[in-house]
Amino acid sequence: MSKKTISFPHMGNYSIPVSYLLQHIVNANVMVAPKITARTIELGTKYSPEFVCTPFKYTLGTFIEALDLKADVLIQAGGGCRYGYYSELQNQILEDLGYQFTYINLVSQGKTDIKKIYHEFKKIDPKFHIGRALYYLFITSKMVKYMDRVDNYIRENIGFEVQSGSFESENQKMLQAFSKTKGVFSLYRMYRKHFKKIKQISIQKPDHCLKIGVIGELYTLMEPFANYNLEMTLAHYGIEVKRYTNAHYLLFEKKKEVKKYLKYAKEYIQYRMGADAADNIGRTKYLCTHGYDGIIHIKSSFCTPEIGAMPIISKICNAYDVPVIFFSFDANTSQVGIETRLEAFYDMIEMRRKK
Amino acid sequence: MDKVRIGIPRSIHYYYYGELWKYFFEQLGCEVIISPKTNYEIMENGIRLANDEMCLSMKNLIGHIFYLQGKCDFIMVPRIDNYGIQNQTCTNFLAIYDIASNLFSTPILNYNVDVAHHQTEEKGMIQIGEQLGFSKKQATQAYHEAKTHAWQHKDRQIQKNIERLKSNQQKVLMIGHPYNLYDETIGKPIASFLKKLGVEVIYSDLFYPNITNRMSKQLSQELYWKFNKENIGVIPLVQDQVDGILFLSTFPCGPDSLVNELVMRKIHLPYLNLILDDMDGMAGFETRLESFVDIIQERKQKNV
Repeated sequence: MSKKTISFPHMGNYSIPVSYLLQHIVNANVMVAPKITARTIELGTKYSPEFVCTPFKYTLGTFIEALDLKADVLIQAGGGCRYGYYSELQNQILEDLGYQFTYINLVSQGKTDIKKIYHEFKKIDPKFHIGRALYYLFITSKMVKYMDRVDNYIRENIGFEVQSGSFESENQKMLQAFSKTKGVFSLYRMYRKHFKKIKQISIQKPDHCLKIGVIGELYTLMEPFANYNLEMTLAHYGIEVKRYTNAHYLLFEKKKEVKKYLKYAKEYIQYRMGADAADNIGRTKYLCTHGYDGIIHIKSSFCTPEIGAMPIISKICNAYDVPVIFFSFDANTSQVGIETRLEAFYDMIEMRRKK
Repeated sequence: MDKVRIGIPRSIHYYYYGELWKYFFEQLGCEVIISPKTNYEIMENGIRLANDEMCLSMKNLIGHIFYLQGKCDFIMVPRIDNYGIQNQTCTNFLAIYDIASNLFSTPILNYNVDVAHHQTEEKGMIQIGEQLGFSKKQATQAYHEAKTHAWQHKDRQIQKNIERLKSNQQKVLMIGHPYNLYDETIGKPIASFLKKLGVEVIYSDLFYPNITNRMSKQLSQELYWKFNKENIGVIPLVQDQVDGILFLSTFPCGPDSLVNELVMRKIHLPYLNLILDDMDGMAGFETRLESFVDIIQERKQKNV
């Protein structure tokens, strides 16, 4: 039997830990799908239902491109909104298109069925061992944690770098090193070494720079292509960006943090509202009361939980008199339109600051 | 003391729990005010107040709550999360209580159904009874009586619906959420137009939910939305007895967008997918419905 080729959808830089994990636990070729381009979205949109949210289109497009490059195992996760039901429909659409593949769904009907996933992997690689998988899962979780820590630091400072591109190149070097790590300790040493280097990059940061919090739907936040490099654009204006959602938050902290947020913003919200909506409302209150100059809320079109959160977010921002701007990204959004709105928003918060 | 006035918006939840609530509150001696059938003004208010990306049904509900504001002491808007981990609801059902309590000044009566975390409807309704100043015993008794009454009412409707399956006319199965199917501005005009064309309309929500819930597995293994399960579970049950299927959803319904697409790829009957949004006139739909009925008729004649 020939080796299978595994592929998975993109989300920011997380293809590095995921492919690291798969390479070590399954005896198969791991293919990082081609980077998302305009063609990916076009393909995804063509075969998707009309008013499905944008991540569906992106991931479907990525799958089609990967299948065209002879991938035969696809992996999809799931979440607390429509995301949990993506897999079955995507599977059906791809089958109708005539592709031959195995579809591994990590979350089905709102829970992870470890036994089922184990059997799926066993089919791909008869030597698949659960202990080995757990060990590398542990390393990967650490890797994600370190990546997100470094990412948070970079996000706050990238707007003020003296030599442009220095943060990005150091970060890439670190990710390259991470992908070759052999164990937890070597990973930790690498993280220390590279984070030190990143901290040494010279920055010119004024004492009271503009600060903006970016909240919203998780996929659009984490995939730079889906938000048209919003964070980079903000950085060019010389703004410190705060973003909470990252893979580590979603995987390990969310359960605990949601309760905190619900308690913190209890005058506005009493219950969880699906996906990250409740978290975002809590964050909004936090950002409003901690001296942030503005809030940017981004989501993909038709993201139901975030739509529910939007009236409450605007109410909080009204009460604390903090400007907020809502972006809704679709496959057909134009970059110029976003830039114009961002520029106007930037001008406004700068003027407010001067006053 | 005056009677407590409870407002029930004639929208999303009303079509599932309306009978239950009405009987429950009347049993406790409250005055129940149900908002009128959806009209242009209610819809306009809903569209104005709601976020522009919300689905039409949500806008409708917000319009109804706005109508009731100031006319009663409490408005009933529950939060319904799930009936077990495999029977969840759309995230709008999770959010509506918080949205309503932020948008409107009238106090909202709320109970939380989260069976996965041991929050049942019974617990919630009894709590509401206690909140209104009745004893636990009174509330429990009222709830159980109301539940029986609501079920008897539903059962009669289901019997009628199943009776309609035996008709000799063309039969179209209308698949949609009851809050869309029976709403004056959304589903009613479509159903009445179909009836005018001489078609018997079978409603997807009027079947026994425990059966349809199980039957939905034949079409979709991983579906976890309770109301969608009950809707599509009807298809395997009656597909030999109906001539066509009409999918009715509002723009942009989250669960429907995925589930209906999947079902459409799997069924072999003629189907029509109607998506309604807030700027549609009926004229466009009438043309589509007429041609759909024509297709069904021709197909039937060929088979005969």
